[in-house]
Amino acid sequence: MAKETKTLNLNFGPQHPAAHGVLRLILQLDGEIVEKADPHIGLLHRGTEKLIENKTYTQAVPYFDRLDYVAPMNQEHAFALAIEKILKIEVPIRAQYIRVMFCEIGRILSHILNVTTQAMDVGALTPTLWGFEEREILMGFYEKVSGSRLHANYFRAGGVHQDLPKGLDKEIGKFCERFPKIINDLELLLTDNRIFKQRNVDIGVVSKQDALDYSFSGVMLRGSGVPWDLRKSQPYDCYEKFEFKIPVGKNGDCYDRYLCRIEEMKESVNIINQCLANLPVGPIKTDDGKISPPPKKEIKQSMEALIHHFKLYTEGYRVDKDEIYTAVEAPKGEFGVYLISDGSSKPYKCKIRAPGFSHLQAMDYLIKGHMLADVPAVLGSMDIVFGEVDR
Amino acid sequence: MQNIQDLEKILNSELNAKIKSSLIKHNQIYLKIDETDLTEVILFLKTNSKTKFRQLIDITAVDFPENEIRFKLVYLLLSHEFNQRIIIEIDVKEKEIVGSITSIFPAANWMEREVFDMYGIDFKDHPDLRRILTDYGFEGHPLRKDFPLTGHNEVRYSHETKKVIYEPVKLEQNYRNFDYESPWEGTKYIKEQTKE
Repeated sequence: MAKETKTLNLNFGPQHPAAHGVLRLILQLDGEIVEKADPHIGLLHRGTEKLIENKTYTQAVPYFDRLDYVAPMNQEHAFALAIEKILKIEVPIRAQYIRVMFCEIGRILSHILNVTTQAMDVGALTPTLWGFEEREILMGFYEKVSGSRLHANYFRAGGVHQDLPKGLDKEIGKFCERFPKIINDLELLLTDNRIFKQRNVDIGVVSKQDALDYSFSGVMLRGSGVPWDLRKSQPYDCYEKFEFKIPVGKNGDCYDRYLCRIEEMKESVNIINQCLANLPVGPIKTDDGKISPPPKKEIKQSMEALIHHFKLYTEGYRVDKDEIYTAVEAPKGEFGVYLISDGSSKPYKCKIRAPGFSHLQAMDYLIKGHMLADVPAVLGSMDIVFGEVDR
Repeated sequence: MQNIQDLEKILNSELNAKIKSSLIKHNQIYLKIDETDLTEVILFLKTNSKTKFRQLIDITAVDFPENEIRFKLVYLLLSHEFNQRIIIEIDVKEKEIVGSITSIFPAANWMEREVFDMYGIDFKDHPDLRRILTDYGFEGHPLRKDFPLTGHNEVRYSHETKKVIYEPVKLEQNYRNFDYESPWEGTKYIKEQTKE
């Protein structure tokens, strides 16, 4: 006699510590096996794209910090590049180095958070405590350069807002000396840890073909063995001047993605070291007075500078009628900005392509047939941040 | 590695009748096609060995309320093998129904849902066309240009009824849209006067 079974509908979230924010996941369970997952997103939707359409290009930059709030500057980078390409601005080489350096700091920020919370999702608390100590130091660098620990608003079209304060390069250098040891400590705790491996190896396996079909990018794609990194394949700013390796996974499971992130952090330290060794001197933003504001000192002296300052902070600069898509390799994957300008000082349309959106979409495909306890592990390895998914 | 001009030539010769116009700008190819050819063109770009646009990056729409054909639907594709990007544009009238490409790219599912949510463009044969980013029971399509920035409803917890309630938006001060255009370049009213 066959036993009668019933599927159970379970609400995972919207308030759940392992949901990494506000995700409402409706799971259909057969016993402990997940049959179907339906993610409900949008609980953090703030209408960023609509707001950007109503602000000037300068005012739009802070909105990018609030997308993926664990690596703010990487997103500002995509927006700045889009404007620069339309206006054909040459960015001074020092500004390019500073931007690359802070993008890599952002990558480390994001990867520390992800690796350690992924460990926490499967039951290890110590890595989080150790990792967050380092994040604190990195955010200190953010604060020193931009005045803000999280929402930096630092990258501008044509360069960066201000130069590095005195001594910051040495501090970052010291951090880079120390940090590889911290990565090593984290690895000692996790990489060969029996429990961590049991929870991650062969969980959430993505094949190469599916990774492409589901528009995966970043570590989700590389973990499945596709060697694709925009920093190498479509280099922006001065990335082609640096030597670094792209770690690629083999099996496409949660464990491979973890390993990729660990290796990427080591490469980021490597890039930052190269930045510091070759940091050129010179201006940090374009000298085109119609785009970048004049230095404070000049405003007191020169009429022209005063007018430029006034116009830039009221009307803002205008961007010619054009249409462009630019993408950067953010820590989570390909972060893109599709910008349509109409000749005024406000964007006509600014579509933000967030990597997490495509990753979360594949939740149903990834989790089908897994156990309920694997949901946090898979979710953790996808590196979801709701700021960018919901926009 | 294939050069972008060659790629444009290949596209123009293979898809000749279907391409309305093509253009190379910012090292990307911009293609304009008809709505009826959409699925065919995208399937061709994905499967053809000379193009191999195997990844769909994003789908989005742009609203031009003053145009007769109101929307422009944009598909962004990426080819890893040839390291090229392509931007496909189709014009869509209001209330026109567009064919879904979820059968070609499963990733299109949520992207089309987002376009539906934000612009109200319907997709034929979409497996699950629901709103995605906006609230349950939301009305209107926020990214249309005629949708107000402040929205229509606001939400608060009511102590009287002990639940979350929706109310029409009440602003202490109206949203102010300053006109910063330089007077010496001609604000709108001066431009209109000089025309006459």
